[in-house]
Parts: sequence; structure tokens; C-alpha cells
Amino acid sequence: MIRFLFKGLMRDRSRSLFPILTVTIGVFITVLGHSWFIGALGGMLGTSANFETGYVKIMSRAYAKLSQEIPNELALVGVNALLADLGKDYPAWQFTPRIRFGGLIDIPDSAGETRSQGPAMGLAVDLLSGKSGELKRLNIAQSIRRGRVPESPDEILIADKLAQKLDVNPGDVATLISSTMNGNMAIYNFKVAGTVSFGIQALDKGAILADIHGMQAALDMENAAGEIVGYQPDMLYQDEAAHQVARTFNQQYSTDMDDFAPTMITLADQAGLDYLLKMSDSMGFILVTVFIFVMSLVLWNSGLMGSLRRYGEIGIRLAIGEAHGHIYRSLLWESLIIGITGSIIGTIIGLSIAFWIQSQGIDIGSMMQGSSIMMDNVLRTHVTAATYYIGFIPGILATLIGTAFAGVGIYRRQTASLFKELEV
Amino acid sequence: MTCYIHSSKVLLAMTFISICLPVFVQAQSGPTAQELLDALDKNMVAENRITVSTMVIHGRRGTRSIQSKSWTQGNRKSYTEYLAPAREKGTKMLKVDDQLWTYSPGTDRTIQIAGHMLRQSVMGSDLSYEDMMEDQLLSNIYTPEISGSDTVNGRDCWVLELTAKTPDVTYHSRKVWVDKERDIALKESRYASSGKLLKETRIDSVFRVEGRWYPKRMVFKDMLTSGDGTVFILESVDFNAEIPDYIFTKAVLRR
Repeated sequence: MIRFLFKGLMRDRSRSLFPILTVTIGVFITVLGHSWFIGALGGMLGTSANFETGYVKIMSRAYAKLSQEIPNELALVGVNALLADLGKDYPAWQFTPRIRFGGLIDIPDSAGETRSQGPAMGLAVDLLSGKSGELKRLNIAQSIRRGRVPESPDEILIADKLAQKLDVNPGDVATLISSTMNGNMAIYNFKVAGTVSFGIQALDKGAILADIHGMQAALDMENAAGEIVGYQPDMLYQDEAAHQVARTFNQQYSTDMDDFAPTMITLADQAGLDYLLKMSDSMGFILVTVFIFVMSLVLWNSGLMGSLRRYGEIGIRLAIGEAHGHIYRSLLWESLIIGITGSIIGTIIGLSIAFWIQSQGIDIGSMMQGSSIMMDNVLRTHVTAATYYIGFIPGILATLIGTAFAGVGIYRRQTASLFKELEV
Repeated sequence: MTCYIHSSKVLLAMTFISICLPVFVQAQSGPTAQELLDALDKNMVAENRITVSTMVIHGRRGTRSIQSKSWTQGNRKSYTEYLAPAREKGTKMLKVDDQLWTYSPGTDRTIQIAGHMLRQSVMGSDLSYEDMMEDQLLSNIYTPEISGSDTVNGRDCWVLELTAKTPDVTYHSRKVWVDKERDIALKESRYASSGKLLKETRIDSVFRVEGRWYPKRMVFKDMLTSGDGTVFILESVDFNAEIPDYIFTKAVLRR
């Protein structure tokens, strides 16, 4: 019967072309939209996690309250002991200290006088121990534009745009003017090892990347760090696991009233990322629901038009004794074939474009000028297992629902009046 | 007629009294606000002075002491060399008119402090570089008004309200408690134009040196930060000491 229906659909293109096109377009948009949102939101979350929030982050309670102001005078102390404890308590996690800082970068001339100067925001991470995973996590080697990765604590990387603005080259001396942990003015000479471009507007406009030991010396923060970030190596962020670790860690300090006691928060607790996470989780459901609704309306309408056009055919079928239910079911089978065909075509087209954007990316750097959002300049789709089947849900459901509503009219046809209707 | 003459005499007497009464009252109760402010300026400014002082900074995480020696000429030039602790030793600061430089021995760099850097704290204390840069006599930039009397540390004081004559000053208004006998401000509150209290200073002890009363121990408190303030202790002061001209040149920073 299915073969018979399939042949009928193929031979009568007016019954198949428009519904298949509708389903194909809907499924294509669903597949591409899903992979786009997953890619964009995932990219944003990944960049934020790697450069800013970690999967979990430990700060002093006082620092956590003012963390947007980078209050290094409230930083964690005794960081080495804390890291050793964390390694023992959470062996599946990788914890590493970081210092954020702001200040001025001052480039001296040969007489030691200021040649150029500019504001800079910086991040100090463990670049040299080889155990922190920071080089890979921050994609540093691939981001180098000139020079090389720092090899000593007194070497830094400067954002390529800032380096060009200050006319500084690898090998030059750059003096950082900032604040020490005591609030004193910090003046410290670094050697520029290289320039970097991360492809993240918020960093590329003026970031400095330094080794944590060099920055501890510069800012008088021996054995101290603004924050300790934690990751599960080679794993994506798992919200429940992160919250579990944060709960057990914070429990250890629940009776400690010291404002400088450490406190752990998760990625989801920071900078509105909880909303992004939830959005990322529910994006598939939202897209599917929207497209089932829209496509059902379109296909219902198309079914109604089809029923009108096939008014005579259905009438004859009823007249020669075919049951109402049989005709209704055959229409549903037809719509199932249309749904599957449209879904396959839509998914193939959607996946092809999604894979292409995943590998090539779309550069939105020109739209991100001046942005402080931690987001890649190049947006990419992300094809997941769900991308392969997500289009079939609205594709098939919408055609079935559309036909189910449109086909109800069959039951309204009275056999007694059929011949009179057919004469017309 | 007699009655008229009598009335005009009374009127004349009343007019005379109304004009002269404030002068008599002023003469009886103390100096004018402007005189008070001039005396305050005169007491604090010397042609030359060399001081050794210790700053005790009470931060949220503990207390630090920083010792320094300063050479000051009038109120436009000053040079400070930090003596202790080891991390700060050798750091120098030079202020000439409206320019301020700092020298860091660790980097052998001389950096001019300007713009937003002036708002930074000096050595982590409750003083900002902007406070250090204030070199104009109060009487030149503020309009004074006596608002009453009060007692500070058991001393009778005039309460002087100062309002900036121009908008380009660090503090829009100040309230100063001036010792009635010693021409020294024992307490001061500094306000923004919004009326927000920004800084408070309090002099705990004074000493007499070369004919003037000078602060021995004072407490600065930045009201916008946590911590218990910065205590400034004057170890020694030498007024009108001989200061060679090279002290106030940039070359001195790298010596």
C-alpha cells in the first residue's frame, strides 16, 4: 500500500511538491538553527569558561563581592597550600591560579623616558610549569602573531593591536604600572616575548598575558592569586558535577566567618551564564516547538487545499465502498511519506551547510568593535547527534498534524449525497 | 519739635549701633574667617623644610609602616625618598609645580604620574597623589565662613566652612576645626560637590617648633575605602634648612 501511495505522490506532483518543499524548508531551518544556536552559545560559554569563569572558580569572599573591580588587595593568600589540598580532594579536576590586573603599559626610549603609553587589562596564568593546561586551554601558541610563547616569568605577551599602537616589538622592554596587593603603585619591567591575537575582541583590543610568577613578583602577591579556576580536563562543562564540587568545597568553610576565607562558585553562577546554559539546553525544544506549530498551520492549510482539489477523488472512493477511516489513514500515510521525504532532504541540506559553517566559520569581528563580551569573533555552528534527528520531529509531526486536521472533512461526507455531489 | 529731635537722635544712635555692632562682636569673639584661614596657611607653609616621617597604614589585611624623608620648598616643590621597608626603599617622588614623577629603583624608570593615576593611593595609604599635588594656599582657592565653635581633643576650635572658588579643585568644600590659640587645624572633613564625605583627617598630637605649632601625629581616612586609616607620624622637622637647587630636578631621581 505504501508503495502504491508513494507512486501516487510521485506521479501527482501537485500533491507532493508543495508539502515536501514546505517540510524541507522547515526542517532545513530547524537543523541549521539548532546547530547555529548550539555553536554560538557553546562558543560563548567555552570562551567565557576558558578565559574568565573556569568551570568553577575560587576567590576570597571579599574578592567575590567586588570581583568586577578586580580587587587584588582582597586576593586569596596561601594559594600553594590550597592548590595542594584541591589536588587531593578533587583529583578529577585541574585547578590553576590566575591574577587579573589593570594598569598602564609604558614603553621607554633609550634614555628610560616614556616613549609611548596606553591602558591595558591583563591576565596572569601559569604558563611555565607545563602542568596547568593553560597553554592549550587559552590556545596561546596558535594565537601568537609575532615572537614566541614566554619562557621566563619576566616575559609577557601583548595584544597585537596594542603592540602596534604602542610601537612595541618582541624583545622590547615594557613597564607595567599597576597596583600591588597592598594598594601601592607597582612599577615592573617585563620583556615582550611576542604579540597575540585571540580572535576575541574583548581581549584583542588591549590585553596582556603574563606568567603568574612574574605577576606575583610585580604586584607583591607572593603565594597569592586573585582567583583559582578549576576544569575537568577534556570534558565539557557539567553543571551538576560543578555544583557538587562547589557544595562540598564551601561546606569545609561554612563555619569560618573570615571575609578572606575561600569560596567556590560555578560557571553558571557567573555573569548571567546560567541563562545561557539554560537557553542552550532548551534551544532544541524551542526550535522544534516553533516549527511544529508554524509548519502544522501551513500544512493544514495545504491539506485543506488538497482536500478541495481531491474532492471528487475522495467522493468516488467513498462511493465505491472505501471506508472513511481507510481513506483518512491513507492520507495520513501519504503525509508520513511526505514528512519523511521532506525531513531527509531538509536534514541533508541543513547538515551540509551546518558542517560548512562549522569548518569555515562566519567572521563577525566588524560587528564586535569595542565589545567587552567574551566571545569569539568567528561564529561557528556545532553539529551534535541531535542535529541529525532534530529536523525529523517537526518535519513528520507537522505533516501528520496538518493532514489529521485537514482530513477530518472526510468524515463529514454523506454516502447518500455523493452521487448528487459527483454530478456537479 | 523736641519730640522730633529726640526721635532723630534715637534713629542715629540705632543706625550707628547696627553698623558697628558686628565689628565689636567680631573684635570680642575672635578673628574673621579670612584671617583664620590666612593664619592657618602661614602656620603650615615654610620657605624650606626637611622632614622625616612614618606612615602607618591600617589596611583590611594588616598594618604596614613606611618611612620617608622629604625636602620641601614653599608649597610648589617637594622631593620624597622612601627609606623603609626594603621593597619601597629607594623609591623617590618629585613634585615641581603641577608635575609629579616617581622613580622606581627596581626598574630604573622615572614615570610621570598624571591623569587618572593621580587618583591612586600613595603607597597604599589613604592619601592619593591628588592630595599630594594640592599645593595652593587654602586662602587662594576657598572662600571661608565661620560656622561656630567646637571642642576637639579638649581644645576650643573655630569651625570653618570652606567653599571652593573655582570648580577645578579636588575637594569642593571642607569643614575645618581650627585651634583658637594655635592656628592649626585639628580636624578636617573634605567633601565632593555632591556633598559626599570623601576624606577625614584628625590631628592627635601637636608640637611646638621654631615658633609654630605643627602636627606630630595625624590620621587620614579615605571614607570610600575600608580599613582603619593611615597614621602619619612626623619624626623630625627642620624648618628653613638649606636645600640645594638640584634636589628639585629630575636628575636627582636617578642619583
